[in-house]
Amino acid sequence: MREHAGTVPFTFDGKAYAGHPGDTLAAALVAAGVKLVARSFKLHRPRGIMAAGVEEASALVTVGYGAHAEPNVRATDVFLYPGLVATSQNAWPSLRHDIGAVNSLAASLIPAGFYYKTFFGPPSRWMIYEHFIRKAAGLGQPPRVADPDHYAHRSAFCDVLVVGGGPAGLAAALHAAEAGKRVILIEQDIAPGGSLLREAVTIDGAPGDQWAQTMVARIRAAGGRVLLRTTAAGYWDDNFLFAVERRVEPGQPGQGPAQVLWKLRCAEVVLATGTIERPLVFVNNDLPGVMLAGAARALALRHGVAPGRRAVIATSHDDAYRTAFALADLGVEIVAILDSRTAPAGPVIDAARARFAVFADARPLRAIRSRNALAGLDALVAGVRQRFDADCLAMSGGASPVLHLHRQAGGALAYDAARGGFLPGAGRQGNTTIGAAAGIHALASILDQADVVDPLGAATAPAPGPIWRDDVPGKAFVDFQNDVTTGDLALAQREGYTSVEHTKRYTTLGMGTDQGKTGAMVALAQIADLRGVALPEAGLTTFRPPYTPVTMGAFAGPARGDHAAPIRRLPLAAAHDALGALWVPAGAWMRPRAYPEAGESIGQASLREARMVRASVGVVDVSSLGKFEIAGPDALALVAAVCATPMAKLAVGRGRYTVMLREDGMVMDDGTLWRLAEDRWLITSSSGGAARMSRHMTYVADVLLGHPRAAVVDVGEHWAGLAIAGPRSAALLADLIGAPVPSHMGLCHGTIAGAPVRVLAASYSGERAFEVHVPGHLAHAVFAALVDAAQAAGGGVYGLDAMDHLRVEKGHVVIGAEADGRASPADLGMGGMLRKAGGFIGWQGLTRPALADQAGRRQLVGLTSIDGAGICEGAMLVVQQGEEPAGHVTTAAPRVAGQGAIALGLLTDGAARHGEVLLAWSPTRHSMVQVRVGPAVFHDPEGALYHD
Amino acid sequence: MLLIPCPHCGPRNQEEFAYERTLDSVVRLDDAPDAAVTALYTRANLRGTDHEIWSHLCGQWLRLTRDRMSHAISAVEPL
Repeated sequence: MREHAGTVPFTFDGKAYAGHPGDTLAAALVAAGVKLVARSFKLHRPRGIMAAGVEEASALVTVGYGAHAEPNVRATDVFLYPGLVATSQNAWPSLRHDIGAVNSLAASLIPAGFYYKTFFGPPSRWMIYEHFIRKAAGLGQPPRVADPDHYAHRSAFCDVLVVGGGPAGLAAALHAAEAGKRVILIEQDIAPGGSLLREAVTIDGAPGDQWAQTMVARIRAAGGRVLLRTTAAGYWDDNFLFAVERRVEPGQPGQGPAQVLWKLRCAEVVLATGTIERPLVFVNNDLPGVMLAGAARALALRHGVAPGRRAVIATSHDDAYRTAFALADLGVEIVAILDSRTAPAGPVIDAARARFAVFADARPLRAIRSRNALAGLDALVAGVRQRFDADCLAMSGGASPVLHLHRQAGGALAYDAARGGFLPGAGRQGNTTIGAAAGIHALASILDQADVVDPLGAATAPAPGPIWRDDVPGKAFVDFQNDVTTGDLALAQREGYTSVEHTKRYTTLGMGTDQGKTGAMVALAQIADLRGVALPEAGLTTFRPPYTPVTMGAFAGPARGDHAAPIRRLPLAAAHDALGALWVPAGAWMRPRAYPEAGESIGQASLREARMVRASVGVVDVSSLGKFEIAGPDALALVAAVCATPMAKLAVGRGRYTVMLREDGMVMDDGTLWRLAEDRWLITSSSGGAARMSRHMTYVADVLLGHPRAAVVDVGEHWAGLAIAGPRSAALLADLIGAPVPSHMGLCHGTIAGAPVRVLAASYSGERAFEVHVPGHLAHAVFAALVDAAQAAGGGVYGLDAMDHLRVEKGHVVIGAEADGRASPADLGMGGMLRKAGGFIGWQGLTRPALADQAGRRQLVGLTSIDGAGICEGAMLVVQQGEEPAGHVTTAAPRVAGQGAIALGLLTDGAARHGEVLLAWSPTRHSMVQVRVGPAVFHDPEGALYHD
Repeated sequence: MLLIPCPHCGPRNQEEFAYERTLDSVVRLDDAPDAAVTALYTRANLRGTDHEIWSHLCGQWLRLTRDRMSHAISAVEPL
C-alpha cells in the first residue's frame, strides 16, 4: 500500500489530485477514490476503469487543454506528468448528473439497429437526424485549432524486430542482439516487462520489473535499439511495419516532436504481443468497480493501489487467483473467489482455499449498483443464488492472444478449444509469434534459461468463461465501448444478421477506438452459441491497422502547412515581384495572376492587361508549360504515337498545334509540336499536365515502342518561356533580335540582351504572338528587355487572368476546364484535325460507337450573356429552371474587345444549337444569366491577325 | 508496403514506384479496335500470377511478376 500522497499534481474535471511518478491516470484516479470516470457512448451508463492498458474500452478522457487537447485518451494509457489536465467526455452537465443517462432508462427503445430502423428517408432528412445523433452519442471533441505539436518520421532497418517488451520479447531480443544481429525492440509501455509488471515473480534473483530493466540495458549494450512508449500499429507486405513513438504524453506540451512515426523494414519479425484478458458476461458487468482481474492486479502490484476495500474474484481459470493473493497482500478483503469450473483443483486452488472462500461452479449473475458504482453482486453458486457485498469485482473470462499484427501480415489462425480462442498459425512473412501470444503462459517455459521463482507457477492457462444465456433481465455487455449487449447480439441473429461481419455492422460490435480488443472473442462465443455452431465457424472479423488509434498528425509528419506539397516557383519570380505581381497557385506552380495598379481590383487589372494586348503588346511568363525534346532516327515514330495530328510533312523550322489523346480517345493534353531538325522535335504541353506527359512519353518509348532509337528529354525546367503577344509584337521582337521574325507557326534562333533565344511564332491569345524560350538562368535579362520594349510600345506585362480572358475570346480550350477528361477531340471541335489513318494513341478508342456517332455528346460552344451580366463558371446550362442540365459553363470571361460577358461551355449536341437561348444557372451561387449559344470563337474567327 | 528490387537500384520501398497497369491491358498502336477496347475495359482478374508494369523513380520501366493473392514478387525485369 502506498505510504504517502502523490507528488505529481493533476486535475480531473477541474478537481485537483496528486499521483505518483509512473502512475497511469487510471491508477492515480483509483488511488484517489475516483470510480466514475466516463459515460458510455450510446447509453451514457456510468463507467470506471476496467483494464490496465491500451485495451481499455470505457475510461476514455480528454487530456490536455486548448490546442494541446487530445480526445479519447484511454485513462489506462496515459502516464502522469505534473499539470496533467483530464476531462470527462460525453456527459452533460457533469459526469455525476448526466442528462444523457435518460438514454439508459429508455434503453429498451434503442436496440441494435435503432438508427437504421428509425431514421430513414432522403439524405436531406439525414442531415437533420445526424445533428441530434452526434449530440446524443459520441466520443470526445477534437480541438478546433491547429495542432501545435510537431511530428517526425523516421525510417529504420533491422535484422530482427521484436514487438513486445515482456519476458518473451526481451529474451528474444537479447538472444538476437548477442548473436550480432541488428535488433529493434518495441514496447508500448513506458517501462519494459509487460506482464512482469503485474506479477509477483523473481527472475535471476531480481523482481520481474528490475530484471526487465536489466535486460533492456543488456540489449542496448549488445547494440540493439529499444524503443519504449512505442506502438507497432501496422504490419504490411515484405515485413514493413510502422510504429508510433510517443515522446511526450497526450496533452503534454514539450520540446521537439511529440510523436515519431517509425517506418521499419525488417528481415525478420518476432511478435511477443502477449494477451488481452476477456471479461465475464453478466448483468451490469460494466459498472465502475468491475474490472479485469489482470487490471486489478496491475493496480496492486505495479502501482501499489488497492482497487477497492472488499473484492470478489470471478474467474474461469487459475490465473485470476493471482489477483486474490495480490489484493489480499495489499490489505483488500477477498470476499469470495467465484470459479465457474465445477471442480477446480490443483496447488494454486489449494493455496487459495487456505486463505480465501473459494466457490466452485459459481459465476456472477448481476452486479448491484449504488450511486454509480458497484455495491455487490448476485451470483449463482452451485445452482443457488447468493449475494456478496463488494466494491470491487475482478473478473476474468480467459485471455486472447494479441494476433493483430500476425493477422495484418496475413498469418493463419489455429483454433484452440481449451482456450476458447485462436492461436497464431503459420506466419506468411516468415514472422513468428512467441510467449503468451503463442499460447505459452508459464514463465518458466518462456524463460527456460533463467532462474524463475513464481509462487503460483503451477497456474493453468486461461480458459474461457461460461456462455451467458440471459438468465436474469438486464444488460450484459460484450462490447463496452459501443454499448453492445448480449441482447443486441440475439436481436441481430433474430433479424437475420447472422454472419459476424453483418452482426458487427448492425450492432457496431468491435468498432470504436478499441476495436473490440477485450470483448470480441466473448461476443464471438456468444454468437457461435446463438447459432449453434462451433466458434471457428462463426468467423472472425478482419484485423485492420492501426492496432491503437494514431494521431493524424503522426501520419502527416512534417508534411503540413507550407510543407504539405512542394511549391514550384518560376525562374523569374523575383522579377514578377518587382513588378507587383499578385500570385496564384496553378497546380504546383505559383504564377502571376495580374499586376494591379494602385486602386485596381484584380478584375479591373486583368481586363486592362488583356485590352493592352489587343491594342498594343503584352508579355506573359509561360515558363511553367511542359517542354519535351525528342531526338533520334526514330523520333518521328515516337512523336506520331503521342500526337494525334499530322506531322510527317511538317517542314524543319515549322510547328503546329497538336493534341495528345488517352487510349480511350479522350483529350489528355494539348500543345504545339515543332520540328527543330529532321529528326529532332519539340513538344509543349500544359503546365499542369507536364508531369503526366513526361511519364506518358517514356511509357510510349520504353513500353509501347520498345526503346526506339529516339530519346525523350523533359527540358521544361531548362527553358524559361516568355510569350509576347499583340499587334506590335512582331515589330518589337524583330527589333530586339535584329532579324526578321518567323511567320505564324515558324521558328527562329537569335539573341536578346546577349542571351541565346529560340523564338516560336505561336499564339494563344488570338493576336500575332511569339514564345521566346531562353535558358532559365539567363532569363532575367531577356525578360527585362522584353518588358522595357513592350512598355515603350505602350504595352507591358500581363498575368494568368488576362491570358484566360484572351484565350476564351479566341475559343482556345484549356486542359482541365474544357478538356475535362471526358471530352473527345470531336467534342472540342477538333475532330477534323486528327490523322485519318490513325496510328496514334487513342485511335482505337475513337472508333467506339458512342464516339463515332456524335449524337448526344457534349460539345464545345461559345456563350454570350444577353444582358451583359457576368456568367458564373461552373453554372449549369438549362432550357428553363428545374429541367435537367444540358451542359455547363467551363470558363467565363469578360469581353476584351467590346463590352459584356462571354463564356465557353460544353452542351449536349451543342454544335447544332447555335442561336438558342439558355439559362446559365448556379443555384449555389445565386446566379442566373440568359446566354445565347454560338460558335466557340468571339475574336478573329479567320485568324487574319496572325499574318503580318 | 512492398519491397521491390529495381534491377538498377536494388530493393526499394514501394513508395518509390508507380504502378502503371497489367501487361494484358497494354494497348499496342496496331491493335484492332475491338482488342484495344477489350484490353482497356474487360480484363480477367484471375487468381494467380500477374504481370504488371511499374515505373521506378530512377526512370526505369519494369515488368513485375507478382502473385495476386500473396503479393509475392517472383521476377522484376527492365522493360
